[in-house]
Amino acid sequence: MWPLEGEESAFGPLLPEHWSEFFVGIALFLVIWFVVAKFVAPMFEATYAKRADEIAGGIERAEKAQEQAAIALREYQEQLASARQEAAAIREEAKSQAADVAAEIKQQAQADADRLVASAKAQIEAERAQVVRALRGEIGGLATQLAGKIVGESLEDDERARRSVERFLDELESSQAAAK
Amino acid sequence: MGGFLIPLEGEWVSPGVHSFDSRPLFPGVLPDWVNGHLAQAVIGAALVIGFWLWVSRRQQIVPTKRQFVGEWLYDFVRNNISREALGPDYRKYHPYLLALFSFILVNNLFGEFFVFMFPTFSKIGYAYGLAVASWVLYNAAGIKRDGFGHYMKKMTLPEGVPIYMAWLIIPLEFLSNFIVRPFTLALRLFANLFAGHLVILVFVLGGTYLLTLKDNLFYNFSGGVSILFSFAIFALEIFIGALQAYIFTVLTAQYVHSSISEEH
Repeated sequence: MWPLEGEESAFGPLLPEHWSEFFVGIALFLVIWFVVAKFVAPMFEATYAKRADEIAGGIERAEKAQEQAAIALREYQEQLASARQEAAAIREEAKSQAADVAAEIKQQAQADADRLVASAKAQIEAERAQVVRALRGEIGGLATQLAGKIVGESLEDDERARRSVERFLDELESSQAAAK
Repeated sequence: MGGFLIPLEGEWVSPGVHSFDSRPLFPGVLPDWVNGHLAQAVIGAALVIGFWLWVSRRQQIVPTKRQFVGEWLYDFVRNNISREALGPDYRKYHPYLLALFSFILVNNLFGEFFVFMFPTFSKIGYAYGLAVASWVLYNAAGIKRDGFGHYMKKMTLPEGVPIYMAWLIIPLEFLSNFIVRPFTLALRLFANLFAGHLVILVFVLGGTYLLTLKDNLFYNFSGGVSILFSFAIFALEIFIGALQAYIFTVLTAQYVHSSISEEH
């Protein structure tokens, strides 16, 4: 069947010693191929796919966490800003309130002072009037007496003396007022 | 007489084609083709299958050491051969290439290791077998994609060839793509391992013969040197065995790629 088979072959080792080698080689290889294609390669590829998936999933999770952190940060910043604004408003209000209160107190104090001054003035005026009245009588008497002593007796007419004293005093007073 | 290193005392038989003859395992009981080399091919296939099943079971996201070794080898073929040559289509053909690479590699390493000391693919029948398998694969892949007529046209008449050259180009391309390819695949693998094993036989058997020769110190010394030198040849053969497995697989991937690609 294979005329060149055997040691006398002109092809030497280029012709199989037994053609079984050829078929056995193919058969063994097909078995290996079958096992690798059916069991080995799918297993490896599945592991690789799972691994890639795991890594991709991890990245996705990290991205999500980062996003959430950014949102939280923004919220905090917003809250902080609004709190600051509120504080500023409160401060402003307090300032204006304080100014109002101060003005009120000032006004009240001014009024009190005015009142005190007025009452003191009135009292002083009254006392002065009283003193002036008392002095007028006294000074009139003293002056008349003094004048009587100087002049002698001519000043018996009380009525006349009193009138002249009054006049004198009025003059004095008006001159004083003019001098002022 | 296989790889058995006992020369007959006083009678030198140089290693040659006869050194590659298979010995029947059970002469008289089973047919002659049930021989040691067939047994080692079967054992090699069993080792390959066992290894891949072992490293692929109970896989985890974070690999164990066992899985890591498997992934390293798997990725070597997947990324450096399958994906490199086939691009995005690699998934479909990757199992074939992985099986091819690991089967050839293990059998080539048999030339230097284990109890066999004989590379299976220095028996050309096995090399022809794998070459035919690859030939069927790349042709089937192309025919499946383009249909028979279209595929034949693509493979025999490259685009851009003027029609008046067709009478020359078509036979040449046919010869190169359908006849030469499988033969070169098989012969390259076979010849490298055959020659390498023959060199090892010469150095080891010759060295042993000279070393054990009586009453000649010079011959004994050169025999020792020869045996020492054979270790370097062993290292070279390990490299060549791995390289040939790689080349066979890469070329198969290239052929498949040329069959399923859009243009030539």
